[in-house]
Amino acid sequence: MVSTNAARDAEIEVLSRKDFTSDQEVRWCPGCGDYSILTQTQRLMPELGIPRENVVFISGIGCSSRLPYYMNTYGFHSIHGRAPTIATGLKATRPELSVWVITGDGDALSIGGNHIIHTLRRNIDLQIILHNNEIYGLTKGQYSPASPLGKVTKSSPLGAIDWPLRPLALALGAEATFVARSLDVDPHHLVETLRQSYEHKGASFVEIYQNCNIYNDGAFEDFTAKEVRADRILYLQNGEPMIFGKAEDKGIRLKGLKPEVVELGKDGITEKDLLVHDETLEEPTIAFMLSRMEYPDYPVPVGVIRAVKRPTYDDLLGEQIEGAITSQGAGDLDKLLREGDTWVVD
Amino acid sequence: MTTASRPTELPEVIDLDRVTIRFAGDSGDGMQITGTQFTRTSAVFGNDISTVPDIPAEIRAPQGSLPGVSAFQVSFSSYDIYTPGDTPDVLVAMNPAALKVHLADLPRGGLIIVNEDEFTPANLKKAGYEANPLEDDSLSAYTVSKVPIGTLNARALSDLGLSAKDVDRSKNMFALGIMFWLYSRPLETTIKFNEEYYGRRNPKVAEANITTLKAGYYYGENTEMFAQHYHVPKAKLAPGLYRNITGGEATALGFLTASKLADRPLFYGSYPITPASDILHELASYKRFGVRTFQAEDEIAAIGAAIGAAFGGALGMTGTSGPGIALKSEAMGLAIMVELPLVIIDVQRSGPSTGIPTKTEQGDLLQCMFGRNSAAPLAIVAPATSSDCFEMAIEAWRIAVKYRTPVIYLSDLYLGVGSEPWLIPDTEGLPKIEANFATDPATFQAYERDPETLARPWAVPGTPGLEHRIGGLEKQNITGNVNYQPENHDLMTRLRAEKIQRIANDIPELEVFGDEAGGDLLVLSWGSTFGVNRTAVQRARAQGKSVSQAHLRYVNPFPRNLGDILHRFKKVLIPENNLGQLSLLVRGEFLIDAVGLNRVTGRPFTIGEVEAKILEMVD
Repeated sequence: MVSTNAARDAEIEVLSRKDFTSDQEVRWCPGCGDYSILTQTQRLMPELGIPRENVVFISGIGCSSRLPYYMNTYGFHSIHGRAPTIATGLKATRPELSVWVITGDGDALSIGGNHIIHTLRRNIDLQIILHNNEIYGLTKGQYSPASPLGKVTKSSPLGAIDWPLRPLALALGAEATFVARSLDVDPHHLVETLRQSYEHKGASFVEIYQNCNIYNDGAFEDFTAKEVRADRILYLQNGEPMIFGKAEDKGIRLKGLKPEVVELGKDGITEKDLLVHDETLEEPTIAFMLSRMEYPDYPVPVGVIRAVKRPTYDDLLGEQIEGAITSQGAGDLDKLLREGDTWVVD
Repeated sequence: MTTASRPTELPEVIDLDRVTIRFAGDSGDGMQITGTQFTRTSAVFGNDISTVPDIPAEIRAPQGSLPGVSAFQVSFSSYDIYTPGDTPDVLVAMNPAALKVHLADLPRGGLIIVNEDEFTPANLKKAGYEANPLEDDSLSAYTVSKVPIGTLNARALSDLGLSAKDVDRSKNMFALGIMFWLYSRPLETTIKFNEEYYGRRNPKVAEANITTLKAGYYYGENTEMFAQHYHVPKAKLAPGLYRNITGGEATALGFLTASKLADRPLFYGSYPITPASDILHELASYKRFGVRTFQAEDEIAAIGAAIGAAFGGALGMTGTSGPGIALKSEAMGLAIMVELPLVIIDVQRSGPSTGIPTKTEQGDLLQCMFGRNSAAPLAIVAPATSSDCFEMAIEAWRIAVKYRTPVIYLSDLYLGVGSEPWLIPDTEGLPKIEANFATDPATFQAYERDPETLARPWAVPGTPGLEHRIGGLEKQNITGNVNYQPENHDLMTRLRAEKIQRIANDIPELEVFGDEAGGDLLVLSWGSTFGVNRTAVQRARAQGKSVSQAHLRYVNPFPRNLGDILHRFKKVLIPENNLGQLSLLVRGEFLIDAVGLNRVTGRPFTIGEVEAKILEMVD
């Protein structure tokens, strides 16, 4: 829908992926999942029909946070964990800009955890793209807050003893209005998920499972490998029953307060018994349940988990200013300076 | 001072036409309102004034207890004054605890007016008195006037049909009425205040306050409780329209004015912290001026958002106190690296750590100078008086925008809460602040510098053809691409330092109060100690001493003639409310043997202690 805006609007020059590629050499390790995310982002941009000068990528620190250098847009590679704060200030003063926050699991969930939750609850109209590789890559291989319990790394030679965070559950707990997940190895799904995050008015949170082939190679391979993906990934479609499997023969139904994997046709189970995905549900219980479904107990849900409408911080701030000007008149500085008791000295 | 409200000729002789009153009572007794009303009346009457409140740290300490005492000191005079006075001439004590806390500051012979109704056994015990000081001879060194303020107030309001509690709330106005009579003040300003402030919402309160205010005034007149009353004539201030202003108000108005002069919206990111929160409150009320305030989740988010706003072309600003500066350090380094305009307010309080949040100090100077990793210079300005806050707020933005640099606006609690008359400027006459955004893609290079200021272009998102990336990594000179080459890093480090140093070419030279050509002693001061040092120097000069003062409002870089001035004097004294931070900088940079006068009591210096040190050094 938005993708055709560019063509429709003669005022906007039609751009291509090349127009969004900067002249800087990409310096990620060969084979890194970040390449795919960069490519899909560059592919998506011209389809959104936004003038290039109105796009801003803001990042923190980490491998993923190098991405803004490779986008030929405005960009700000900031400091560890703080990208959402810089994006907040920019969007609060320049709401017409399209602002994207690029972050990783260490940047967003550890050092910048506070900013992530508050940016989400405020519902500032921006996109937070979290490259989750479940490891610290740039600092050469320590466990992250998303690493599984027992993960052996340089800083956890006997296995990590930190219980991991689930990024989507955290986002839901922080009252996020848009929560989604995608995979670096599924370009089509990735670009569509990024598009949906852009189309959502408010703070969008997208977790991308991204392979770090140097320090955590194959972390997601058990369910993302091409040959097993259909059986181990649940592609969520709004309004559709939760069905997965190569033969589309498996589904998710609710048993009490827990999800249950069932086989269609077995024991008389039909599509009607399955949960139907509704991303617009205000009540976040099902979304929370989906955010905690993990392989091998369940297929891993990807796609848009939640997308609900709520006023954005930037709109509300603008409305308060407009409202004050409407009710009190535009500020008159010289009048303000002369308010209260004044007296004249001759 | 360069603030317009100050006449350039200062009296060399200390006039006696000055009175200092301290109102003290329980935090529920309305002492701040009483003091403020006395101040407004005196200001409108035409005296020069200077005030300082003393508010307890606890929000609601137990009634009648020592920690619950709240006070407000106002000094008013017929000449130009710079401080709210060392010691009060009059202490108004609304209960035993107030007497106990403040008596030590009252010189022998001072006047005490007490509300004797409150000197009950229970209240005396709460204040730690074993015997009633009104009944023994412990106050024999003072003139004590015992007034049953509670009873008289209740009698004055007996016909209004108010509850006993509401009646009691008005008793501060009775006390104020007495003071108005004693110092021949008109009642109109306070009557008008009550009509306007309470009139619409609670006319009964307005009526009660006005009735008892008059009753207090007539009580003074009729009972002849004092042998005489006093008159402090009008001061000779520069002509123009005046208002009374606190440092906090002047700061907020100064930043608002900077926004108008730059024609850029003001964005203020802040996390609540004493004593900086008042600036957030004030700016939050300026929505009709397009001011966007953002109460952040923490100090780091507050500065991050300000940097984001600056990236987008707004006047991005953040404000805090010392502990918050510590948290913002990394982001300040980022702002230095990306070379964007930014103003950081530090309203200093006692530290380290949480310290004493409601007491003043000048302990953050070195933190502001050096508290970042590696070489990370930025500009620092420090207002000298409450009304100077207005001018220095505009200066902070002028420098930040012109040099594309973070600027710290280094104030303190004492400046923020103190008040004085302010000659209101006409903003149309103030020089504009030019943002000069980059717009030309043909010539744009993100780190190409202005040859004079070394400022880089301010290229804001939304400008076609100027898409570029900035960040905390070292940048190549001119292009702004990431660059780790050794020689480039050395060059960029020097360029960042040189840019800040060049600001010295763009600020006023330091002025000497006293002997321009030099002399025995120079008192070098900075920030809020201006008034006390100026008065102490005046007193020493009145005694024929060769003592002068130079006061720094620009702390980094220093005014370019500072070294020259320092070398004209045999001795240099640097009084600071810290253990010698400016001294360290001055000694290091100019290799002179500056002597420090250093006190960190949480209170400003007294004129007396600075004067004593001056005399010790020149005698």
